[in-house]
Amino acid sequence: MTWLNAVIQGLLLGGQYALIACGLSLTFGVMRIVNLAHGDLAVCGAYLGLVLSAALGVPVWATLPLLLPAAFCAGLALQTLLFGRALRHGVLAPVLVTFGLSVMIENLLQVAATSDPRGLNGGVLALASFRIGSRITVSWLFMTAFLTACAVLSCLQLLLSRTAWGRKVRATADDLDTARLVGIRVRPLFATVAGIAVATAALAGVFIGTIGTFDPLAGANSLIFAFEAVVIGGIGSLWGTLVGGMALGVTQVVVGQVNEAYAVLAVHLLFLAVLAVRPAGLFTGHQAREPQGALG
Amino acid sequence: MTAQAVETPLLEVTGLDVFYGDFQALFGVSLSVAAGGATALVGANGAGKTTLLRAIAGAQPAASGSVTYRDQDLTAAPPYQRISRGIALVPEGRRLFGSLTVEENIQVGASAAASKDWPLERIYGVFPMIAARRRQRASTLSGGEQQAVAIARALAAAPSLLLLDEISLGLAPRVVEVLYETLAELRKAGTTLVLVEQDLRRAMAACDDLVCLLEGRVALAAPVTAVTREQVVAAYFGDRT
Repeated sequence: MTWLNAVIQGLLLGGQYALIACGLSLTFGVMRIVNLAHGDLAVCGAYLGLVLSAALGVPVWATLPLLLPAAFCAGLALQTLLFGRALRHGVLAPVLVTFGLSVMIENLLQVAATSDPRGLNGGVLALASFRIGSRITVSWLFMTAFLTACAVLSCLQLLLSRTAWGRKVRATADDLDTARLVGIRVRPLFATVAGIAVATAALAGVFIGTIGTFDPLAGANSLIFAFEAVVIGGIGSLWGTLVGGMALGVTQVVVGQVNEAYAVLAVHLLFLAVLAVRPAGLFTGHQAREPQGALG
Repeated sequence: MTAQAVETPLLEVTGLDVFYGDFQALFGVSLSVAAGGATALVGANGAGKTTLLRAIAGAQPAASGSVTYRDQDLTAAPPYQRISRGIALVPEGRRLFGSLTVEENIQVGASAAASKDWPLERIYGVFPMIAARRRQRASTLSGGEQQAVAIARALAAAPSLLLLDEISLGLAPRVVEVLYETLAELRKAGTTLVLVEQDLRRAMAACDDLVCLLEGRVALAAPVTAVTREQVVAAYFGDRT
């Protein structure tokens, strides 16, 4: 029963990893940007939730209708003013720019909010739980985070596979130059993708802040887990990202059951093992760039 | 340059210079295409044919010179603006979106369409061979089918001016024959064509005008009826004697 419990808790934890990872997967799959500030943007989301929640005197969930559009707009602005410009200067420029952004965000947050760990007010949800059988207790908060991750990933998948917008995104991910050539306006398309990525990061940040605590430097840790989830799942595959996140979560909790000290190490070892055996990840996504024909 | 074209041309390219970094690919290229006509663009490898088509489509910026279409200066316009005015390119090597289905490829081509004159049904009417494969991934198609999808994707933009870059490359002669029959139908429907073709005989049979590029310059521009094959070959290889 303890093991089953560990697996269930691990799967739920994996949902949180997938939620923060899906934005990373999207920006890398579509724009080829490894956004090193993605974790910090999630932490910014948590701080914004903290400020709004305190100012309005409501649980953090009630601030989401304000917080998510604000995060979306921040993503639009970042892509338009920063990442898009960096992309025009080769592959290294976006890495440097996002790294610089990451350092800036961490230091600005330390100045503005001090290094004290904070938590978000999750309302009644934070303490509620339900039982499966007699031994397994599942927190509603963890369950909500997991279901939210599944819902966000499903919505993104539907958007990508069923809408005209998604069609353009997939075409652009396949072949940027040709996408421009057939009349796709790449800049606004990239801006919306970045907006969605930052909004999902902020949502993940709210869950991180509600489930545990966060501080200005928490982003780096989130980034590593998110990055590993994306790589394990296969770049460009959203379902792969969910599976990758769950693999990380289950490994962490199950190994933690044996010895807490090795839990995080085991996660990184799993990542290395997958990288060694299947460098392209478990699922190669529909957005993976396929080689052009020999005549191309 | 077109003997019968008295009215203003559909497309007018004047003194176009195009660079790739320090390398100059086009030197003061001028070209005029009459509405409803078909122009063959020939020349050796590296003569600048693809560059010229890409410059007309907006994919390659011009350092100097101008591209005028229907009396509008489009020299600085990005591809989507040119498409919405009626210029579409079938790129060299087809360049389909391999992970998208045939139908999605065509739908993407309609992103900036100039009009609604080319709905999917009409396109499938022109290319019955791809209608049956509409739900298949484009990467699973044969070369001829892929080329048909590439043309269909450009048609979805409802172009008045269709630029075609080496559509017969690597295809069986029978397939090429079918594609050229389709182009003849498109011409009858009023579409103006500019095509790059390696096969000189086919190019001269399918078009009214011929432009031969040599090392980034126009070596010969004339109606096909006014030039002999020998003159074209001479221009092709730079033998100006």
